[in-house]
Amino acid sequence: MSHAEKDSFGAKLGMWLFLFTEMLLFGGVFILYSVYLTRYPKEFGLGGHQLDLVFGATNTVVLLTSSLFAAMSVTAIKRGAKQLTLGLLSGTIGCALIFLFIKYLEWSAKFHHGIYPNSPKLIAGPPGESIFFSLYYLTTGLHGIHVIIGGILMTWTAVMVQKGMLNSADNVTLENVTLYWHLVDLVWIFIFPLYYLIL
Amino acid sequence: MSQDTAMAQGGFWRDTRRSGIGSWIFSTDHKRIGMMYLYCVLSFFLVGVVLGFLIRLELIAPGPTIVTAQTYNALFTVHGVVMIFLFIIPGIPASFGNLVLPIQLGARDVAFPRVNLLSWWLYAIGAVIVLVSLFTGGGAPDTGWTFYVPFSARTSTNVSLAVFGVFVLGFSSILTGINFITTIHRMRAPGMTWTRIPLFTWSLYATAWVQVLATPIIAITLLLVVTERILGLGLFDPNRGGDPVMYQHMFWIYSHPAVYIMILPGMGVISDIIPVFSRKPIFGYKMIAFSSLAIAAAGSAVWGHHMYTSGMSDLGVLVFSFLTFIVAIPSAIKVFNWVSTMYKGSISLEAPMLFALSFILLFSIGGLSGLILGAAATDIHVHDTHFVVGHFRYVMFGGTGFAFFAAAHYWLPKYYGRRYKEKPAIVGWILMFVGFNVMYFTMQVLGMEGMPRRYYDYLPEFTRLNVVATVGSWILVAGIVIVVWNLWRGLFRGEPFTGNPWGGATLEWSIATPPPTENFDEDPVVTHGPYEFKGAGIP
Amino acid sequence: MEHTEHILSYGKLTAVWVALLVLTAATIMVTRFELGVWKVWAALAIASVKSGLVIAFFMHMKYEPRLFRIILFVALFTLAGFIGGTFFDVLYR
Repeated sequence: MSHAEKDSFGAKLGMWLFLFTEMLLFGGVFILYSVYLTRYPKEFGLGGHQLDLVFGATNTVVLLTSSLFAAMSVTAIKRGAKQLTLGLLSGTIGCALIFLFIKYLEWSAKFHHGIYPNSPKLIAGPPGESIFFSLYYLTTGLHGIHVIIGGILMTWTAVMVQKGMLNSADNVTLENVTLYWHLVDLVWIFIFPLYYLIL
Repeated sequence: MSQDTAMAQGGFWRDTRRSGIGSWIFSTDHKRIGMMYLYCVLSFFLVGVVLGFLIRLELIAPGPTIVTAQTYNALFTVHGVVMIFLFIIPGIPASFGNLVLPIQLGARDVAFPRVNLLSWWLYAIGAVIVLVSLFTGGGAPDTGWTFYVPFSARTSTNVSLAVFGVFVLGFSSILTGINFITTIHRMRAPGMTWTRIPLFTWSLYATAWVQVLATPIIAITLLLVVTERILGLGLFDPNRGGDPVMYQHMFWIYSHPAVYIMILPGMGVISDIIPVFSRKPIFGYKMIAFSSLAIAAAGSAVWGHHMYTSGMSDLGVLVFSFLTFIVAIPSAIKVFNWVSTMYKGSISLEAPMLFALSFILLFSIGGLSGLILGAAATDIHVHDTHFVVGHFRYVMFGGTGFAFFAAAHYWLPKYYGRRYKEKPAIVGWILMFVGFNVMYFTMQVLGMEGMPRRYYDYLPEFTRLNVVATVGSWILVAGIVIVVWNLWRGLFRGEPFTGNPWGGATLEWSIATPPPTENFDEDPVVTHGPYEFKGAGIP
Repeated sequence: MEHTEHILSYGKLTAVWVALLVLTAATIMVTRFELGVWKVWAALAIASVKSGLVIAFFMHMKYEPRLFRIILFVALFTLAGFIGGTFFDVLYR
């Protein structure tokens, strides 16, 4: 194949391979989670009850909605609707911000109650509980970093759409960025039941 | 770079658009990136050799000899980190992979040239971070390259920065893997079917999959060490309910497959060299290609064999021991096929072939001693002794290291348009081979007799064999110096090297020497397999 | 040689989104019952269905060539192997 023409199939293949590395990265945390859950089911249950279900459920809905906007933006750009694409991308970015704000509220409430990594309360409490909250902060923190990166990528893509560099003919970059965003959503789909709803 | 002037003969060395160092460190040409990798990994290899030389010198006699105990700990840690993460993991795939893979496929570059450049930058940045960590903070890490908790979470040395550097290096490795997989799927020339892909490229395909799927696990594990040190998560701290053995699981889930990241490309090099210097098509092409994938798959399921003495469950020991033996099957398939290829061939013993042949022997010794370690009963006797150290050198240095030099003697003249002298190459090879065996075979004997690894001091009865091993290290280093010097001198000032003197049938031998920036003037159409010498018109 | 590009309609995407919301509600409901350890499996099963929907439609996997599904399977299988292998130790210690 000629090197000059853009290979969108190849670009998507590369993106999926990258997504696999992200899955395995979070997979590493889930290995630890599954091992410690089998060892401390009771403490994990007690820890889970201390998390705020309303915050968690709201954030699930927010992320699912952002994913819908992201998926729709791909349809929009392929149909040549530039303004709609931009609107949907802003919707995604807006949802990302709401998600992060809720996460901030949730974390600060926890900090306020003396629950944070290495806090005296956790050190004094039962061992399994400290493990649960350490994993909770690790997973949601890592996920939060991915939300921030995703938001930045979305903004960058929106600028490219605005400038017309991404359009109905050439839009694989937008597709790839939305793929990344869906991965962030996928990870949350597992975080939500495993931390907020467990036992 | 100085070789710009030395390389007046052109090809990809001459860049008409840019000049100076910018034409290298911002180049997206896979050959220039490959060359930059080559110079980096070779430099780090020499650094690692010096450190290893010092470790051996320290052990020439019991008690303090040339360094303090703390310096000794730092020496073997840095030797491990430099050799593993800066030399042997990127060694063959990033340097020779970048140089050769796209041309073997008939492509003009890799699928994502800019990502390829980013990958090199991440490698350079990661290397700088690792080097900085040695001289800042609490001093060079003293944990061993495995960074085992709880010590790595507590030691006052600069573990956090070193670990972060390794994290960045992992990113570089992942991006190279993604690039190679996509390139092999998408950039093959017309007629380059899956069964016409040269075996070196096939081995890189299997390697790339391991890089993509296993490296993220070490990334999260190393992040955990950093967070453990900075935030005190307590995930591996038994006082807080954590389990230190889980660290070992996660570390080896990556680091055992990483051994195949190191050895598979070396096996690929050998598979390309043996048929060329035997003047015979490779025996069992499909089996060799398939066994690369089989090694990658089986090798991803055997990490527990590093942990027989860690307190792992007996069932775990049994399962991992069983799975470990499975890896021997595809490895043996390769060895038998290489040997069968040479049968009744017209063998010419030139430098690349000598390194390739010694690879087969040394890797076989290493592989067989690996079975002793894979069997739980014998492993518990030699666990954490010099036997393990010797075994690892046989597969990694006798394997990958010798394959690296085989590749250097085989491909580099093609890329420089000049060649090394044959006689010094052979003298250097003999010294390397002799020194290697004197040093590492003695280590295996030492281990059997019970000398532990990583100890600063030892009982006086081990002295004699330690002297032998240290003398072996001197012979080995002499050989390395001759080989590297001969390559260096030859590639810049040696005899001109043009055409296809060795008679390779893969695509890189069909283009100009040195390869032009675009590789091919027009897209090649492949009509024959990589080892069909008659089809390629080679007598 | 390549498949023709498939564009998903807004309606279909919205339907998937509704299904995802319903499944989210279902997870919350299921975990309110006293199911013991089955709760984890029920929650994980629903999460798997949800992620299947996201991958198939939002991420277009249903319309990609077979190669993509094969490599996705390889990746997930590898992760499952890593978790499973660890449990040979953890469960029988």
